[in-house]
Amino acid sequence: MDAFIAQVLSGLATGGIYASVALALVMIYQATHLVNFAQGELAMFCTYIAWAMMEAGFPYWAAFAATLALAFVLGVAIERLVIRPVESSSVLAVVVVFIGLLVICNSLAGWIFTYTIKPFPSPFPTQPLFGNHYLSSHGIGAIGITLIVLVLLFLFFRFTSLGLAMRAAAQNPVSARLVGIRVGWTKALGWGLASAIGAIAGMMVAPIVYLDPNMMSGILLYAFAGALLGGIDNPWGAVIGGFIVGILENLVGAYLIGNELKLTVALIIIVGVLVVRPSGLFGRVVVTRV
Amino acid sequence: MSAPARSDTRGGTSTALLDVRKLDAWYGPTQVLHGLDFSLAPGSIATLLGANGAGKTTTLRALCSMVKTRGEVSVDGTRIETRATEDIVRMGVAHVPDGRGTFLDLTAEENLRLGGYARRDRAALAGDIERMYRYFPRLKERRRQQAGTLSGGEQQMLAIARALMLRPRLLLLDEPSFGLAPMLVAAIFDILRTINREEKVAMLLVEQNAALALELADQVFLLETGRIVISGDAAMMRDDVAIRRAYLGY
Repeated sequence: MDAFIAQVLSGLATGGIYASVALALVMIYQATHLVNFAQGELAMFCTYIAWAMMEAGFPYWAAFAATLALAFVLGVAIERLVIRPVESSSVLAVVVVFIGLLVICNSLAGWIFTYTIKPFPSPFPTQPLFGNHYLSSHGIGAIGITLIVLVLLFLFFRFTSLGLAMRAAAQNPVSARLVGIRVGWTKALGWGLASAIGAIAGMMVAPIVYLDPNMMSGILLYAFAGALLGGIDNPWGAVIGGFIVGILENLVGAYLIGNELKLTVALIIIVGVLVVRPSGLFGRVVVTRV
Repeated sequence: MSAPARSDTRGGTSTALLDVRKLDAWYGPTQVLHGLDFSLAPGSIATLLGANGAGKTTTLRALCSMVKTRGEVSVDGTRIETRATEDIVRMGVAHVPDGRGTFLDLTAEENLRLGGYARRDRAALAGDIERMYRYFPRLKERRRQQAGTLSGGEQQMLAIARALMLRPRLLLLDEPSFGLAPMLVAAIFDILRTINREEKVAMLLVEQNAALALELADQVFLLETGRIVISGDAAMMRDDVAIRRAYLGY
């Protein structure tokens, strides 16, 4: 029983990270109706920036904050400079740009920082918190950070007029223009936020999986599975889906198929959701008359 | 220009709120509007009449840069035809679009807040939302409800109220009576008349219901296949049996 609880709780910790990346995917999906395959690699690259700053002597939280700001600017810049010119052309063009970004980030990180695996510090104490033996302090901290990010985002989208404008622009861009919202900029802002959320996820997962240019590839798959499971057009669904995938992954890995085959769980969920319920648990079913 | 205009209703550029010259518009490769010339005095109401496909909706879209255009459009003497839709809105041109353009997943009140998004005086928004609830008490009952769950009539009121939240100088209305019960149509037109009188909001109204539009409007522009074939005084048009029979169907 103890082992079971430990598995569930550590699943929650990684689930929080999947939930963050899933949320980033959903934010870009809502604006472009495409899944940003480069989301994970962007997060990885930002984590390297944080690492470089800490190597240069910045304290953890200063590097954390500076990385968030840089990630935000990077996301905005990518939308403005790379996505916007191809946005109105075919879906395939945008997908190719996403894949290009993925490869560029990955190779750039390898080129600048080498492919050697690096330890990444955790801001949380090494002793378990509250004397519990289920979950490391970093696990608890990662869950806490995820929840803080979620609450801040909720407050932003629910209670600020910019957040309202972003929701409106994602839902109905034509009407949004007609009330004077600069839809292009709300998209760029969405990219910035998604990129910053991804960076947080990267910095939270790096102490667990260690920092290397491929650290996010598996996580992106789990996050994608979570986003699909919850409903790719529903931010709350994506978050819940991320947590469910985190727990499932741990339980299935521990009790059914072993840790080596864990990634299969993500793929099975992706295929299963697409076959059985493409809109996900909380997604909107779109019916089109043909 | 095929038919001669009955009267020249264009004011000079200096006095007109909206001045349109040689306006062409396209949907893709298809030209829909051919050299429209018209203008609208501050605080007045004009209506665009014409059959389906005559280009009424396209004219409103062209004024807001929502379709590809050529020609000149000025608001208060400032040329706007090269500006982006959102920038034209920010100049005080509100548009109640074809199909209402409701933000279906947002609440009725959030829709209203968005209507005032482009305004600088954010502090006055709460008061204006209350003002809209006085005009449309039904919206107050529905304020916390998702706009998608509102009835067609309520969504139409919401669309008009959302546009008014901008405190516009010019209100473009695309078929505000569409799909509504006659009682509700009368109520909405009363409100439009009140707003025009009390707040001096100029309106350009596209309407299928010609009789109704002629009662509200000061001027009429009659469109046929993308051209203005007749323009003139609404009162005169009401009395002109020949025009009514030939073009307005009543």
